[in-house]
Amino acid sequence: MVMDRKKERIDALAASGGSASTALLDSEDAKSGGGSIIADAWRRLRVSPVFWVGAIIVLLFLLLAIFADLIAPHDPGQLLLRSQTRLSRNQLAPPQPGFPLGGDLLGRDEFSRLVLGSRQTLLVGVFATAIGLAGGMILGTLAGAFGGVVDTVVMRVVDVMLSIPGLLLAISIAALFTTPSQWSVIIAVAVVQIPVFARLLRGQMLAQRGTDHVLAARALGVRRAPIVFRHMLPNSMSPVIVQATVVVAVSIIDAAALSFLGLGSQDVATPEWGQMLGEAQQKIDSYPALAFWPAGCIVVVALGFTLLGESLREALDPKNRR
Amino acid sequence: MALLSVQDLSVKFKRRGLAPFDAVDGVSFDVEAGKIVGLVGESGSGKSVTSLAIMRLLPKRGNTIGGVVDFDGTDLLRIPMSQMRDKRGADLAMIFQDPLSSLNPVVPIGLQITEVLKRHRGMRGAAAENEARDLLDQVGIPDPTRRLHEYAHQLSGGMRQRAMIAMALACRPRLLIADEPTTALDVTIQAQILSLLDTLVHEHGTAMIMITHDLGVVAGLCDEVNVMYAGRTVERADRYEIYAHPQHPYTNGLLASIPRLDSPPGERLHPVPGSVSDNIPWASACAFAPRCSNAIGDCRQQSPEFKPAPVGRDHLLRCFNPVEPEAVGAAAVQQMATSPIPPPSNKEQLS
Repeated sequence: MVMDRKKERIDALAASGGSASTALLDSEDAKSGGGSIIADAWRRLRVSPVFWVGAIIVLLFLLLAIFADLIAPHDPGQLLLRSQTRLSRNQLAPPQPGFPLGGDLLGRDEFSRLVLGSRQTLLVGVFATAIGLAGGMILGTLAGAFGGVVDTVVMRVVDVMLSIPGLLLAISIAALFTTPSQWSVIIAVAVVQIPVFARLLRGQMLAQRGTDHVLAARALGVRRAPIVFRHMLPNSMSPVIVQATVVVAVSIIDAAALSFLGLGSQDVATPEWGQMLGEAQQKIDSYPALAFWPAGCIVVVALGFTLLGESLREALDPKNRR
Repeated sequence: MALLSVQDLSVKFKRRGLAPFDAVDGVSFDVEAGKIVGLVGESGSGKSVTSLAIMRLLPKRGNTIGGVVDFDGTDLLRIPMSQMRDKRGADLAMIFQDPLSSLNPVVPIGLQITEVLKRHRGMRGAAAENEARDLLDQVGIPDPTRRLHEYAHQLSGGMRQRAMIAMALACRPRLLIADEPTTALDVTIQAQILSLLDTLVHEHGTAMIMITHDLGVVAGLCDEVNVMYAGRTVERADRYEIYAHPQHPYTNGLLASIPRLDSPPGERLHPVPGSVSDNIPWASACAFAPRCSNAIGDCRQQSPEFKPAPVGRDHLLRCFNPVEPEAVGAAAVQQMATSPIPPPSNKEQLS
């Protein structure tokens, strides 16, 4: 009862402070929604049309790449249509039963080549992003966690890389390889993305350093490593995840550009959209469809990943939380 | 010997192209085990900087910290950082103003508590989780098993602050610094949190520094009150004394600026005029002089010393022309008479 009187006193003094605020009982739940950030983001993604369009495009593309062998009706490397039909040197095989898009310059089945080309595109998109993300996260975490000299050195390197236009840098790196292959494309495209991730993460980490919860963790004696990896890094990841989704689209386009320029895989048996586009430009006047199909595929897939990234950005935006 | 003895603590912020700014300018106070010492003052008076300096949480760059922070015989300002990190959370803990931003938003509450238990008490796995559940229960969070797996944004404001208190008290620290722990909370929750802190502190014999600008909090909780202004302590006494005989014009101004339910309708509030930015340096004057209605000639020419006040016992004051306590304290004294604060000796009856 002594306590009661004391409480009254405090209340009287504090309540006299003005606003007779509505009592929010302690036991009462805050307006809670979902559990983790992921559950929370999913609730918002579920109702986003942008997310569904992006997700469906990406899903169809993944299925296409995974089951390409089953979907493609013919061997993409065989010159089927040239031998079967009588055509002059400058004519291409038109669409016909079994060959929905007709033949390409050498008489290979265009449709099968498109289907199998999705694999290379997926490969580049996923691996280039993964490598770029890994490299960028290492550099960004180093710079953001240590600050000082480490930060300065890392960020100057990043600045130098960012000062060169991305595609130009990718071309230069791809040109370094004596035998161009799918992997030289992946590495070239990935290296271009490293500074983007590094800079983004570093900025987020720096912002995290000044937050109350990091200060509170330090005040509780939490060591440096857990502060960086449990308190700073997870709170810095949202924009990085969004960026990764967008980078998949950028990588696909960059990789197609490299292949278009002949810096990609020289293996004629594994079709690649950029490479197909490069070949098609020889006949772009008379057979624009030949360029249209691979170009269209690149655009649609890149759009799918971009939409996915956009909707993720919306869903993970801390301003939209709760 | 007090548990914590802060002597002549000073914090200077470097400013580009300007003289360093004295955020804290020679502050001394003692905190004994089981006692609550209040640091009171408006924003910019140096009370939070004092607490961060004690915890050594101020950034190294751009700050010069001087003086002695004697914690149980060790000068905290002179031990290696690794040792200081071992002490934080184990011997000294801190509670912050805004519990939502002080909790990690992507890590469940339980994990944040077990993190501290693992760090300082070497607990592992299920033992740590059980202890975390007990801690949540102790601070009055209902259904602690469920709350362990929830995130900060799923808790109410009061529960968040309770969770912060659970974390701070997880390792039974000997000193707890509470930096405006109730400012971000509703009035009713404020009272709950304060009585919780009061109970826990007295139960465990923890020493506590309560930083606040709310004289209501001080009245209900603190054993000793230090009123700070522009980085220096301007008045110090126990809580009865300071309410009965406030003598520094600043303390008096703070008391007069609280709206009161029993004041006649239409009566105006009496805020302290001006703002902290009007200060003049302590070195050759009283920093409060430009805002002081009692200022006399000396106030702008000499720096006042911290010495026993003309009225009251164990009452220190830094003022040339103190307010007459009978004349001014009337309102406060009247309130003291109508609702006396229970003397601290009755605290055993709590719970």
